[in-house]
Amino acid sequence: MANVTFDGIWKVYGDDTVAVRDLSLDIGDGEFVVLVGPSGCGKTTALRMVAGLEEITSGELRIGDRTVNEVPAKDRDIAMVFQSYALYPHLTVFENIAFGLRLQKVEKAEVEKRVTDAARVLGLEPYLRRKPRALSGGQRQRVAMGRAIVRRPRVFLMDEPLSNLDAKLRVQTRAEISRLQSDLGVTTIYVTHDQVEAMTMGDRVAVMRKGVLQQVAAPQVLYDEPANLFVAGFIGSPSMNLFRGTIAQDGDALVADLGEARLPLSAATLERRPALRAHAGREVVVGIRPEDLEDPAHARDPDAPRLRGRVVLREALGSEIVAHLATGLRDVDIDPEERGVDPQEAGIAEGAAVSGETPLVARISPRSGISEGEDAELAVDVSALHFFDPGNGLGISDAEPVIGASA
Amino acid sequence: MTTTEASGLATAPPGTREGARPAVGARITRMLTRAPIAILLAVIGIAWLVPTVGLLLTSLLLPSEIQSTGWWHTITDTGLLSLENYRRVLDDGAITSSLWTTVWISVGGTLLPIIVGALAAYAFAFLEFPGRDWLFIIVVGLLVVPIQMALIPIFSLYNDLGIFDTIIGLILFHTAFGLPFAIFLLRNFFVGIPRELLEAARIDGASELRIFVRVILPLGLPAIASLAIFQFLWTWNDLLIALTLGRDTQPITVAIFSQLRQFGSNIEIIAPAAFISLVIPLAVFFAFQRYFVQGLLAGSVK
Repeated sequence: MANVTFDGIWKVYGDDTVAVRDLSLDIGDGEFVVLVGPSGCGKTTALRMVAGLEEITSGELRIGDRTVNEVPAKDRDIAMVFQSYALYPHLTVFENIAFGLRLQKVEKAEVEKRVTDAARVLGLEPYLRRKPRALSGGQRQRVAMGRAIVRRPRVFLMDEPLSNLDAKLRVQTRAEISRLQSDLGVTTIYVTHDQVEAMTMGDRVAVMRKGVLQQVAAPQVLYDEPANLFVAGFIGSPSMNLFRGTIAQDGDALVADLGEARLPLSAATLERRPALRAHAGREVVVGIRPEDLEDPAHARDPDAPRLRGRVVLREALGSEIVAHLATGLRDVDIDPEERGVDPQEAGIAEGAAVSGETPLVARISPRSGISEGEDAELAVDVSALHFFDPGNGLGISDAEPVIGASA
Repeated sequence: MTTTEASGLATAPPGTREGARPAVGARITRMLTRAPIAILLAVIGIAWLVPTVGLLLTSLLLPSEIQSTGWWHTITDTGLLSLENYRRVLDDGAITSSLWTTVWISVGGTLLPIIVGALAAYAFAFLEFPGRDWLFIIVVGLLVVPIQMALIPIFSLYNDLGIFDTIIGLILFHTAFGLPFAIFLLRNFFVGIPRELLEAARIDGASELRIFVRVILPLGLPAIASLAIFQFLWTWNDLLIALTLGRDTQPITVAIFSQLRQFGSNIEIIAPAAFISLVIPLAVFFAFQRYFVQGLLAGSVK
């Protein structure tokens, strides 16, 4: 077991395409870190550099105390689970799992014992004599896991290991991998584009975009205090609502002026984000999480400030209603692909939007009486507002955004 | 009417109540439309087999009968058949030793190009090195170089090297001219093997040689088997190269050839020897046939 350190890692391909830009990240011994981001953000490249399957253009990569830039994959003492599983089709499940051990010249009895142990943990015992082609997708995935754990490597690398499973199996396997990792206590780097996996599995989550690390933090911190607009839009489903506005002086108090609506900033908000005062009179981006909006009839604070709009889509999910409102507020251009939204889901939302505007999305009480096509008001929990500087996209707060620091 | 009945009607003509099975009339029509093709194939097959059967039956005739009767008489008069010719041929030291010569040349001329070709194909398929694609194009280009062009230069080269008229010399010639095709065939098969398998093996701690032996060779077996058959047939049946580069090193083809006379031939030796030299590659073909497995890669990725 070991810690993994990225120290100013760059990956540049021949034609000057930068896949990973100046990545610095410390991963502690036994820590489970998830690399997440939209496709093409460099997360897989970063993982493959740790694996030794991709050369490092510059910077230093350390596993334990050893610089491994020039160490070939076979000598790095790591194990990797591939998205496609990459099982050896001509070998039985037993031989697939034992492959690495045999190469390490582990004793025969020991191989037998370790493979059987791994098979028991993964529930693969009845299939040890089968070839991969006779297994279901979930079983193949577990064989791939078995191949990784049996070697007792210093680091686990997982490249979207669940993306080929169906939804139900994915949830189950997600929990199994988490449990397995904490039982074994092996440092793990896990790549995914699925934010639910990122939030539920990682001790810390590293959000990447276009080769640049955006923020590394515990999942809840990432959610509550996104360092910039990208992280704010990417983490959370449905995404955070982002609108342009200004911070205006209203007597002694400050308000967020969104044009159509004015949201007063409570003393508590200002206390948490003293930097906001400096933005008085300036443009900001205001972020509202969908769950911080509520039907006034069911809101905790019935006197809370409100946003008005026409309900263009009402999705009843049983436990809640997701309401899409056309508000006329000035939205922020974010590529839907870069939001952590399923493209299909986004398609529905886009189709419902009035004249290309991004609707205001709210998760409200299932007992709410709102209906499609009618005007509605939503109470805003102003203490939970997020603020960003439209110039550089960074969150406005005094706490320095945590980037690359160890947990 | 229920939907199951409706789907049954889709395959059966109206009026029949048979459901899934097509009606008798439809089956007869189908057989009749297929019949001409079947008959044509049978005729071609028989025409192809006649010389072989003729050779077999001739080889079983007594030398005295060969001059006076045709092989087709044996079909009605099985008393003409005897194994005398085979006994004599197998007692003939020249024939048996040339059979062994052929075996050595063919085995060597098959194994060597496959081993070298597979290693080269691995490099062309999976390793990064400068000029890789250009080199591969050159290899493919070598496919069209005719053997005849090389005969005289190689002849004088072999004389200088002192390997003229040796089994090694013949094996090397077959290897040199078998390699372009071997590399071409195997490389194109290998590139179809998912890269993740190699990466997984590398992470599992395998060196390039181990990946080659433990992963690529087993998965490349169908291609290697078909290449082995081709190469074995070429080397086994070769006459031209053996005639040019050998004198006393005579494979069976040359030995049979030397039995031809200007006026009449030693049919009683040629026929059984030719049949023996025909049966062995056939046996090799059937032995390797079981490696033509479909879907060897199933279950590895996705």
